[in-house]
Amino acid sequence: MELPSSPDTLCVVRSALAPLAQILGFSEAECRAVVLAVDEALTNIIRHAYQGKADQPIQLFFRRIWVPYDGVRRPALEILLEDRGIRVDGSKLCGRDLEDVRPGGLGLHFIKESMDAVEFRRRWGRNQLRLVKFLHAPEPSKGQ
Amino acid sequence: MLQISSRHLEKVTIFDLSGDIDLATSPQMRKALLRELRELRIPRVVLNLGAVRYIDSSGVASLVEALKASRDSGSRLILFGLNSAVREVLQLSKLLRIFEIKDSEEQAVAP
Repeated sequence: MELPSSPDTLCVVRSALAPLAQILGFSEAECRAVVLAVDEALTNIIRHAYQGKADQPIQLFFRRIWVPYDGVRRPALEILLEDRGIRVDGSKLCGRDLEDVRPGGLGLHFIKESMDAVEFRRRWGRNQLRLVKFLHAPEPSKGQ
Repeated sequence: MLQISSRHLEKVTIFDLSGDIDLATSPQMRKALLRELRELRIPRVVLNLGAVRYIDSSGVASLVEALKASRDSGSRLILFGLNSAVREVLQLSKLLRIFEIKDSEEQAVAP
């Protein structure tokens, strides 16, 4: 999916992503977490990588993957966001102290809290953010 | 899309918000709140969040800024009608405790 870097596209992505996550089997709360993480990642691209320019390209890739975890391969949703904006300093992607009550700086914290893996890299002149959310298998009911 | 309507009682402004609060729409909410708190110096500003489906970090930042403005002007900013989507985000931000939150409009406007 390729989108322009306009704030108006955020609601479109949220509308598309929520049912996708639901179809994959995420719970309602997990769907909200995935939507929040992607929305915040797009917001960061628009505000920081493209510095508010509304006509720049953002690419999103979604796929279901299998990830080794504790010796078991587990299903997960992988989301890759790619932009051609200014280089983001990976060392500054650490969020902020939440005890500091002030506006701003919460987006990255929301992303990290919402997803199981968050990886950033600069490659071929592009910023790439990889987000992974494990699809938790439902626990068997008692008595089964 | 975010819709904001306001009602005015004696020394209280109630904002009824409906829709999504995100990067595109939070400036609209921020402007409305800061006008009541900084320019009009309304003693109590109440936000009905019952019809808000989504809020992101820019929306939370606008609420924090409005809270600071209310403290500076000696007024109160009160939230009510938080659904699970809004409550989860405020909990995630660890800012839930700093806001004055009521269960109903009656409680929010009570003397």
